[in-house]
Amino acid sequence: MAITRADVEKVSLLARLQLTSAELETMTSELGQIVAYVDQLAEVDTTDVEPMAHAVEVSNVFAADQARASLPREQALANAPRHNQRGYLVPPVLGD
Amino acid sequence: MTNAMLAFHPDLTASQALALLTRGELSAVELTQSYLERIAEHDATVGAFLHVAAEAALATAADIDSRRRAGQSVGQLAGLPVAVKDVLCDSRTRTTCASRMLENFQPPYDSTVVAKLRAADAVLIGRTNMDEFAMGGSTENSAFQITRNPWNLQCIPGGSSGGAAACVAAGMAPLSIGTDTGGSIRQPAGLCGVVGLKPTYGRVSRFGLVAFASSLDQVGPLAHNTSDAALLLETIAGHDPQDATSLDTPVPPYTHTIDQPLTGLRLGIVREHFAEGLHPEVEAAVRGALEVYRSLGATIKEISLPHSKYAVATYYVIAPSEASSNLARYDGVHYGHRADESSLLAELATERKQLAAAGDQEGLDNQDTGLVRMYRRSRAEGFGPEVKRRIMLGAYALSAGYYDAYYLKALKVRRLIRQDFDAAFAEVDLIAGPVTAQPAWGLGEMAGDPLSMYLVDLYTVSANLAGIPGLSLPCGFTQDGLPIGLQLQAPALGEETLLRGARMYEQATSS
Repeated sequence: MAITRADVEKVSLLARLQLTSAELETMTSELGQIVAYVDQLAEVDTTDVEPMAHAVEVSNVFAADQARASLPREQALANAPRHNQRGYLVPPVLGD
Repeated sequence: MTNAMLAFHPDLTASQALALLTRGELSAVELTQSYLERIAEHDATVGAFLHVAAEAALATAADIDSRRRAGQSVGQLAGLPVAVKDVLCDSRTRTTCASRMLENFQPPYDSTVVAKLRAADAVLIGRTNMDEFAMGGSTENSAFQITRNPWNLQCIPGGSSGGAAACVAAGMAPLSIGTDTGGSIRQPAGLCGVVGLKPTYGRVSRFGLVAFASSLDQVGPLAHNTSDAALLLETIAGHDPQDATSLDTPVPPYTHTIDQPLTGLRLGIVREHFAEGLHPEVEAAVRGALEVYRSLGATIKEISLPHSKYAVATYYVIAPSEASSNLARYDGVHYGHRADESSLLAELATERKQLAAAGDQEGLDNQDTGLVRMYRRSRAEGFGPEVKRRIMLGAYALSAGYYDAYYLKALKVRRLIRQDFDAAFAEVDLIAGPVTAQPAWGLGEMAGDPLSMYLVDLYTVSANLAGIPGLSLPCGFTQDGLPIGLQLQAPALGEETLLRGARMYEQATSS
């Protein structure tokens, strides 16, 4: 499946990356090459093969249902680029 | 810059230094000081460290010395300097992942591995350079500096744990911690002529490890020899309730058994590993190592891993998919880099005017909101090209219409790769082969060719996909004096066999 510049532009929005026109160009050709290589997976017969999401397939790891102290607010905000001591600040979300 | 060589084997191994420390014949301060001096002398050239914690290291060492003198109990590594890859959270120092994104990130807690090292009274000497977010195989993707191979300063040290391998090879730390998602411990260890071990998935806690690909990432030791690697692994391994994928299985005393040779060792060599593309000098060195094993009584059996040729393709779907999801957390809000808000809002206003003037209603409807543009700009400014490439690749593989063809397909092939190993380990105890197809290459040589760089991972990625342990140990040099690595792989939780098997070769070949 060939990758187009429009595909790359769409994915850059999904991935929340702003790419320059030059980056979109390079990315289209590089991703195209990598995806063409990866396409060889299509030749493997995987009929009736269960997908394997983890190398060590442990399941149902439960922790005791006990309340524990969480990160204090001051520490949780310490690395935030913008905050007001109570919460994180972001650009206006509603209206102009 | 000349072709000077800075590889240096200290007079003492870590295990020997520990014995002297224990007997009071060497102080932790003296030992730490000697490594700090070597760093001060040579790291401006090698570039292995992003941060050297000289003062804190000497203070820790002095404290350990006084506790030892007072007859108090001390930890397993008491007084031994350990370098840590800059990807494991340490509440006392910044953790950057060699990325602009985390340039000023000060973790609020310690990773379990760092906490275990502190509890063992290790002297944390500094933080090592790496490919940004551990994505790469040459350490050239660090946002801050390159690292040079101590055996040839014009060559890359490998990666992503390039700083971790180079600092040991250059004698700037006796022990170091790396991480391995597709070969990032074993490959630089091989290219720098040191020992590196990727443990079984789940053997070492990932709590506080900045995530790249969570189903593949493992933390492991790098050292001058297998005994030192065993010592460090013994310290960091073990169950951790804070990591749900951590294995609740006792840690064997690796250091106690390492000198016991394996009798009747059955060594497998993979037919597909000796195919086209393998550098003749690497092949000769690996075959030479197999002869050493034969002379020690091992039987060598040729085996096949029929799906191994799909390992790189499988890996470069799964790892970027997991990365694109893991790295979504860098949004310019909670921590990490954030783009300048007034300039991005001004940019949006200008775009809006232009679109309105052109009567482009669709463009206006689709324009980023201020918040979305803040995310996109912050990430565009904070991440380097390789990280962007992998995020894009992963987001593509997971997007509607491609999920089944790529991500789901790769997960199925992953199981076939694992089943190949299961079948192989029914016949052999360990698998031996090359770590990489070629020795260290020149700085800048593969820049701009991402696919070729990915193909370097051919022999290492399968162990991560299957979750099994792998070890790289030096097995010779090219005519140009570059180290060659031998890779050994064992079934899941076979670290003890792996270390004993590696030690046999090391002992037989040490002068």
